[in-house]
Amino acid sequence: MTVSAVAVTADRLDPELLIALVGGDGDGAIVTFAGLVRNHNQGRRVTFLEYEAYEPLAVRVLGRIVEEARGFWPDVRVAVHHRIGRLDIGEASVVVAAASAHRANAFAATRYAIERVKQIVPIWKREHFDGGDVWLEGATADPEDNAARVKAYRIACA
Amino acid sequence: MRVTVRLFARLRELAGCGELTRDVAAPATARDVWEGLAAEWPALRAYEPTMSVAVNAEYSRMTAPIDDGDEIAFLPPVSGG
Repeated sequence: MTVSAVAVTADRLDPELLIALVGGDGDGAIVTFAGLVRNHNQGRRVTFLEYEAYEPLAVRVLGRIVEEARGFWPDVRVAVHHRIGRLDIGEASVVVAAASAHRANAFAATRYAIERVKQIVPIWKREHFDGGDVWLEGATADPEDNAARVKAYRIACA
Repeated sequence: MRVTVRLFARLRELAGCGELTRDVAAPATARDVWEGLAAEWPALRAYEPTMSVAVNAEYSRMTAPIDDGDEIAFLPPVSGG
């Protein structure tokens, strides 16, 4: 099976696949981040989430995020996989892995990537909770918005 | 000319359909396609200040010129992660 650095998939996410993809003998650190479906949000008891993507664009934008991270931290290799469809409590909706000779850059690139995912990747989640459901809406997606990019970089390097 | 329109998440639900074809008079921009949709489903208007647009699966602008056969997607604020 060929694993790509970026993917949008209905399959369960496996951090080990991303680790194997980004890691190499010269690395001193691999950081992984998994975003999970939690059982509460804004005072509601969440039962499950449903993710929807504009897939061809989402894959492109994930690739763009990996390129952006490479621009900031040239020694880091980054992979991002995002899941779609129905996800139950405790399941991973997104996994980021970043490998580097040194931990500081791996941490920073990981944080940058997940912040950018939330800003610009065309994916939406519908929250199902006790008594109803609602589409969550966060950021207006604009990859050319430099202020958003700078904000993600500042968070990554805080 | 004829274009494909893609709608996602809440926009898809407001229109009751995620993919449709529409005829627009050339020359046209993404905004012209949107105006047609908003006339059909006025509830879509609420998303004008916050949505994004993509042409042929690339982020674009409402002022972008479009061609016959293009796919125009209107995207509500994203909530991945």
